[in-house]
Amino acid sequence: MSQPGSRLIVDHVSVQYAGSSATALHDVSLAIAPESLVVALGPSGCGKTTLLNLVAGFITPTSGQITLDGKPVTGPGAERGVVFQDDALLPWLNVIDNVAFGLQLQGVGKREREARARQVLQQVDLHGYEQQKVWELSGGMRQRVGLARALAADPQVLLMDEPFGALDAFIREQMQELLLRIWRQSGKRVFLITHDIEEAVFLATDLVLMSPRPGRIVERLSLDFGRRHAAGEPARSVKSDPEFIAMREHVLAKVFAHRNATIAGAA
Amino acid sequence: MNSAELTLDEHEFPAAEHDAPAPRAARKGTLSISVLTLAAVLFIWWAVTTSGLIAPLFLPPPQAVLAKLWLTSTKGYMDATLWQHLGASALRIVLALAAAVLFAVPVGIAIGLSRRARGVLDPLIEFYRPIPPLAYLPLIVIWFGIGELSKVLLIYLAIFAPIAIATATGVRGVDNARVRAALSLGASRWQLIRHVILPSALPDILTGVRIGLGTGWSTLVAAELIAAQRGLGFMVQSAAQFLVTDIVVLGIIVIAVIAFALELGLRTLQRKLVPWQGHTH
Ligand SMILES: Nc1ncnc2c1ncn2[C@@H]1O[C@H](COP(=O)(O)OP(=O)(O)O)[C@@H](O)[C@H]1O
Ligand SMILES: [Mg+2]
Repeated sequence: MSQPGSRLIVDHVSVQYAGSSATALHDVSLAIAPESLVVALGPSGCGKTTLLNLVAGFITPTSGQITLDGKPVTGPGAERGVVFQDDALLPWLNVIDNVAFGLQLQGVGKREREARARQVLQQVDLHGYEQQKVWELSGGMRQRVGLARALAADPQVLLMDEPFGALDAFIREQMQELLLRIWRQSGKRVFLITHDIEEAVFLATDLVLMSPRPGRIVERLSLDFGRRHAAGEPARSVKSDPEFIAMREHVLAKVFAHRNATIAGAA
Repeated sequence: MNSAELTLDEHEFPAAEHDAPAPRAARKGTLSISVLTLAAVLFIWWAVTTSGLIAPLFLPPPQAVLAKLWLTSTKGYMDATLWQHLGASALRIVLALAAAVLFAVPVGIAIGLSRRARGVLDPLIEFYRPIPPLAYLPLIVIWFGIGELSKVLLIYLAIFAPIAIATATGVRGVDNARVRAALSLGASRWQLIRHVILPSALPDILTGVRIGLGTGWSTLVAAELIAAQRGLGFMVQSAAQFLVTDIVVLGIIVIAVIAFALELGLRTLQRKLVPWQGHTH
């Protein structure tokens, strides 16, 4: 359970991969407050995945540190749930066993973990798919199983690396709306990565814009479009709001400005 | 066979089949051609032997072999029926296989996971693997005598290497995202091996078992050269000494049929146990 006021903090973190001359991340600081939905947006290669892997504990920073509730993050842990771009489900388990997997690892009894998994599957609109084989599901459904698996373990933060990047546009919008609904219902904070500008502007309460060579944060924006949708305003109405369109264009301009600056700097 | 061949054997074929499934009619066509070929061989065999073109001492006619099948099944040869010979061989290979799976899978996992284990075990396996079992058979006899242990040990050694190598290949090929997913759900090292690595490597392990069983079955005849009283290899060997050619041919056919059945059975098992293969992206 996330206590009020508990914070996930990325503190002046840099990453230099062994054998690589470029700096993958340079002096990045970020706070992921409770109830927030932080989105990192940037072109490919700007260090988004590196940043998420740091928070997940899959890699360790070259300098700086990451803390959750004041405790340093030293490796992966169940309090930080991860949703992967290519679902990373276990094909030998059916849907419900995949969702209950984290609870199984924690030693929760079969009856209890299945009840919990059923409940989460309902949340992601997969009621009735409990016994399906995961490799028979569509990409969008697999991604929902991946989300349910992370949620079932009741983490303090959900980390999502381009979770909808491989889905077609229609399914992607459905998934964005589903995510906002779950974010509001569960009260979990989310750190999500994308290179889709509209997705970023629609979802984020805090948007950080990243730029490559070296990977760093170049802009921070506070937005409320996701909150508006979570509060009940239809997605179409939010996305056709002139304010939304203006913000989307603003972010687009920023992305291009930084890209041109990087290209000019490199030349 | 090295690990690259192991993977080639298993992964590329089903994938290729999956990409371009052969039309049902075409597959049926291949099957009927195969059946026709077998029938033709059988016919030529029958023709050249029955016409007296080849003496029965060199090649007995099929009907004589068939008659021997009946005779050895009921009366037996060398104090045991065909099924008792078969049973003795089967017991040896089952024991050797069970022991090989029990030891080779953990060894393969260790090689796949730990650089140190790999450094220690890899050269050992690579050293003995290419040696034909017949070459080290005399040494095994010197060390362990001519009892049942030596026979099982020889087959065990032949099966061990392919399973260990295939397991290591499977472990090294485990999808990193799956490992990370399990770790971020709080998996311990043991849970990771038990719930992610072992099931992920299962297709490769089964391939190793298939290849190992093929090698083991061919080593069987060699193993049964050691003062055996029973076994298919023993039956063929002693029949050859007395120039009972029809029993030799019968024995060879039974050995071939068993090998074919093992291969088919394992392919079916693989499809049953790993139905998602070819479906994952
Ligand atoms: N394991 C690695 N080893 C070396 N360099 C890496 C590794 N992973 C990523 N990089 C490099 O670090 C930079 C940032 O990569 P990444 O975090 O994957 O960016 P993004 O997710 O934004 O596309 C890229 O230049 C990439 O080539
Ligand atoms: Mg990435």
